[in-house]
Amino acid sequence: MEWETVIGLEVHVQLATNSKIFSGASTAYGAAPNTQACAIDLALPGTLPSPNEQAFRYAIMFGLAIDAEIGKRSVFERKNYFYPDLPKGYQTTQLESPIVGRGHVEILLADGSSKSIRIHHAHLEEDAGKSLHEDFHGMSGIDLNRAGTPLIEIVSEPDMRNSAEAVAFARKLHSIVTSLGICDGEMSQGSMRFDVNVSVRPKGSEEFGTRTETKNLNSFKFMEEAIALEVERQIELIEDGGKVIQETRLYNGDTRTARSMRSKEEANDYRYFPCPDLLPVVFEDDYIDSIRQQLPELPDARQQRFMDSYKLSAYDADILSADADTARFFEATVAACQDAKLAANWVMGEVSAHLNNDEKSIRDCPVSAEHLAGLINRIKDNTISNKIAKQVFESMWQGECDADTIIEAKGLKQMSDSGELEKIVADVIAANPAMVEDWLAADESKRKKKMGGFMGPIMKATKGQANPGLANQILSKKLNALL
Amino acid sequence: MDRSEIAKLAQLARIEISSSTVDEVAKSIGDVLALVDQLQAADTEGVAPMAHPLDAVQTLRADVVSESDQRELFQSIAPAAEQGLYLVPKVIE
Repeated sequence: MEWETVIGLEVHVQLATNSKIFSGASTAYGAAPNTQACAIDLALPGTLPSPNEQAFRYAIMFGLAIDAEIGKRSVFERKNYFYPDLPKGYQTTQLESPIVGRGHVEILLADGSSKSIRIHHAHLEEDAGKSLHEDFHGMSGIDLNRAGTPLIEIVSEPDMRNSAEAVAFARKLHSIVTSLGICDGEMSQGSMRFDVNVSVRPKGSEEFGTRTETKNLNSFKFMEEAIALEVERQIELIEDGGKVIQETRLYNGDTRTARSMRSKEEANDYRYFPCPDLLPVVFEDDYIDSIRQQLPELPDARQQRFMDSYKLSAYDADILSADADTARFFEATVAACQDAKLAANWVMGEVSAHLNNDEKSIRDCPVSAEHLAGLINRIKDNTISNKIAKQVFESMWQGECDADTIIEAKGLKQMSDSGELEKIVADVIAANPAMVEDWLAADESKRKKKMGGFMGPIMKATKGQANPGLANQILSKKLNALL
Repeated sequence: MDRSEIAKLAQLARIEISSSTVDEVAKSIGDVLALVDQLQAADTEGVAPMAHPLDAVQTLRADVVSESDQRELFQSIAPAAEQGLYLVPKVIE
């Protein structure tokens, strides 16, 4: 039987506020345990929440970016459950009247077409603390620095049909929230976390199968793997005559396995009710309009602009515009070298590969946009070949100043002196009589390709510094003279 | 309310209700529910649900860090703390 996968996502996004959603404690990442957990975060008796306007502003920005209706009157509810990293015994969240209503996000599919993913709603809530289960004399350690960090939870409709669509959607959300500047996008620090709801059904069926939820995935790669694994498990289970049980699962990226989060207790019963400590939060149209007018450029608009003003393909424009920092880096490079095509190739090629390799983000790129542009300028004016440029880039990456200084210091300037090149080409031809015979004997149509064989020894003799165009010209002239 | 419902509520609220008091608790909660039934009989057609008894809206605070580190003070009243962490009985789901 042919199966169809149905995927919906719940995405937790930490908002980039300075202070927490209900207290004035700092949200900075990486502080010593509990140094940023104040009396409100610890739920000490007598404390009351004091809501942070910026968290609402950020949530509204997200709502406007996905063309959603904004909850002008939003209400907080208490979601009751006991866990040590939640000192109040309930999470302050929204259920009936969330800040962001229905919206949609467009994703670009591999075949170049686009698809609209519906957003059911997005609500504001507080993050929990962290439990450390290393052994402290048989006890768990609790760090409440994260408790009270503002989150928006974005809930999609089950509109995705494979893991590639789910990843494209997740990446698009990442791109939107980082472009808006409402989240730092640092997935490794938990700034964005994904819960994936997966079910399968016979292709053509209208009814949904029973879904499972795999929680807390913090990378696109893990998300893709977890979905693939879960789809395979469900299909096998059903084909063997079994039934999928609605359950929460945990994926382990290190072992590439998942397990059911068995809970001895009965099904969760959160007993939501409106939080008596917080009044309804009301926003006027003027307030929302003023936020709308200040929205920064969004990824879709930026992609279109990159296609229009830099003549990039939709694919290249998508890659370069998705992340606000990458887009900034690319544009700064273009501004300094005036060659969008070369700048695009370098940013998507060497820069991206080196960043991946060193697990660095573009914000920490050791080569500045200005220095990259300096390198591109030397390719453009034929001072160095593309191949040598990669070598220079490597040195720049290792922290050796700018391209001109490196080219000068290492004597990498391209050999464009035709007299010198003439001699070297002549030597190479003389040293390889077999190749020359082969070339002479070849068909007219194959000669061009065979001529390429001489470039290796020429580059070797010039330590890669021969101007390839000029060398080719001289070689062609000399070989044709032998005919 | 029967005994199993009381047991479930007690479990959710993490409180212990001894078997000798279950019937009494069931009756008390039953009385409260009877009152709720009476309230639910009122005609609320056309009345917007109320999220808060006060007819007021929430004021919001500027996004400024106003709290300083008082970990020492807070942990001085904690039952157990180590390496800056609050220690609790081990819970792993």
